[in-house]
Amino acid sequence: MNKIFEVRGLSKIYGPGCPLCIESTGPDADTNICPHCGSVVAIHDVSFDLFEGEILGLMGESGSGKSTVVKCLYFDQPPSSGEAVFFDRDRQHELFALNAAQQRWLRNHRFGMVYQNPHLGLNFNISAGGNIAERLLMSDLMDYGAIRARARELLARTEVLLSRMDELPKNFSGGMQQRVQIAKALATQPPLLFLDEVTTGLDLSVQARILDLILEIQQELKTAMIVVTHDLGVIRLLTGRALVMKYGRIIEAGLTDQILEDPQHAYTQRLVASAL
Amino acid sequence: MNMTSHTPTAYNFGFLDEYAKKEVRRAILKAVSIPGYQVPYASREMPMGRGFGTGGLQLTLSLIGPGEVLKVIDQGSDDSVNAVNLRQFIEMTCPGVSTTTRTAEATLIQSRHRIPERPLTGDQIIVLQVPYPDALVVVEPSEDKRKIMHGEADYSRLLVKLYEDIVQFDEITISHRYPTRINGHYVIDPSPIPRWDVPKLHHSRSLALFGAGREKKIYAVPPHTDAEPLVFTDVPFRVEDFRDGEGRRRACERCGCADSFLDEFVDGSGEKVYQCSDSDWCDEHLAEANQGVTA
Repeated sequence: MNKIFEVRGLSKIYGPGCPLCIESTGPDADTNICPHCGSVVAIHDVSFDLFEGEILGLMGESGSGKSTVVKCLYFDQPPSSGEAVFFDRDRQHELFALNAAQQRWLRNHRFGMVYQNPHLGLNFNISAGGNIAERLLMSDLMDYGAIRARARELLARTEVLLSRMDELPKNFSGGMQQRVQIAKALATQPPLLFLDEVTTGLDLSVQARILDLILEIQQELKTAMIVVTHDLGVIRLLTGRALVMKYGRIIEAGLTDQILEDPQHAYTQRLVASAL
Repeated sequence: MNMTSHTPTAYNFGFLDEYAKKEVRRAILKAVSIPGYQVPYASREMPMGRGFGTGGLQLTLSLIGPGEVLKVIDQGSDDSVNAVNLRQFIEMTCPGVSTTTRTAEATLIQSRHRIPERPLTGDQIIVLQVPYPDALVVVEPSEDKRKIMHGEADYSRLLVKLYEDIVQFDEITISHRYPTRINGHYVIDPSPIPRWDVPKLHHSRSLALFGAGREKKIYAVPPHTDAEPLVFTDVPFRVEDFRDGEGRRRACERCGCADSFLDEFVDGSGEKVYQCSDSDWCDEHLAEANQGVTA
């Protein structure tokens, strides 16, 4: 299997930071706020690898830093320190050494992101088709007919009614908005997709269909995905490997089955026990 | 500046003080060097309201010198209020400058929202008055973000606007201020010139300068520079065609010209009438036609 992503020592600290920040936060200290300078250590020393076509789960409670990891990797926020290498066919991109234009290129051409809140991922003032067109235009597809055809194809694939293609997403149900968002993320056929709490807040039947869709896409396109969720059901269904985070640190990593059946860390044990 | 000795007023030649002119000229040089880039400048108070052409006027006053021949146009006409007032102001403050209504004679042309029909030459400069300099303002309210978008040549959201237009109306409905990409990078708002005039910027022989007084920006399309309207590859840019119900090209009621930009208005009997928007062009054609009749 080809490695697609290699993250090493990723850290993000909000606030001034001090030399004592690291040792006085984390799961052992039971906080992520440094008592000396008040900085928030959102993530510290996060390292993992991701392989082609693999789905990696990031789980943990609210505020554990799982979304921050994804936001740093998708260039929504710059990390405080750390490295991430993206292996793209025969090239390698050192994510945080790229300039703004290169980062934007990578983000538009090679990555996809689906947010929990469709307001973040979609422009509600333009039609569903326009949202997909935006992403295609960002990746330099300049042919109106081709854009229309591709948007239609994507919306059909994600089971959005084509008759509603030219409607504003604000008229859609939550599940449909999420489908449009997935279609938008897939528009450029990215080899890497970030899914941030995609099914949170949807009802169970809609959740199930979205998860099915994600699995089908993964089978079809061999897209690697990083799935952020606090829902153990989603982790179990989607992911092959998972990381458990608490107070910004990875406390446990391994095969999903292993983590869910035989958790090692006390926190994970509690998490798994409370879910069942 | 011995020109001041001619004038009965206490004002400097060209109303602006020399430091102000120098600053505008520096901005012009920068604008020409980076085609399409909006150069900020300290727009001075002028004795007229912002939004009445103060940006264009400051450009004109900084460029003009004795011996220059100036033409001022307001929507194609030399005789409408804005043009007359600006011309009088410049005549008053710039002794030694002559004015004309003939495009061919002018060395400097200040224009509001039209480019003359007669192709401009390499000896001419056209100054256009701009109300809104930034083409991205329709899709991004924050100037900070717009600057980043310009820097990275990220115009996808403008194109989405065009996409939505085609979806809704089957064609692009922008009638004026058509976003135009200069020299393959920056997209400008070419001031509210009609689509008809946009191709005239492409590889023009003359320098086109744009001045926004209220928004304090100067930008330029230098001579022989690419100026391409934003389009999709399969939906070509097209200009106004002035065809009537039967598909015939309308002609000017006055001079009969059938290849100029036409203004529509209603005559005394309630009929719609079409006439050249460029009054100098129309006069010239009329004179030619009359010559033909008398000869």
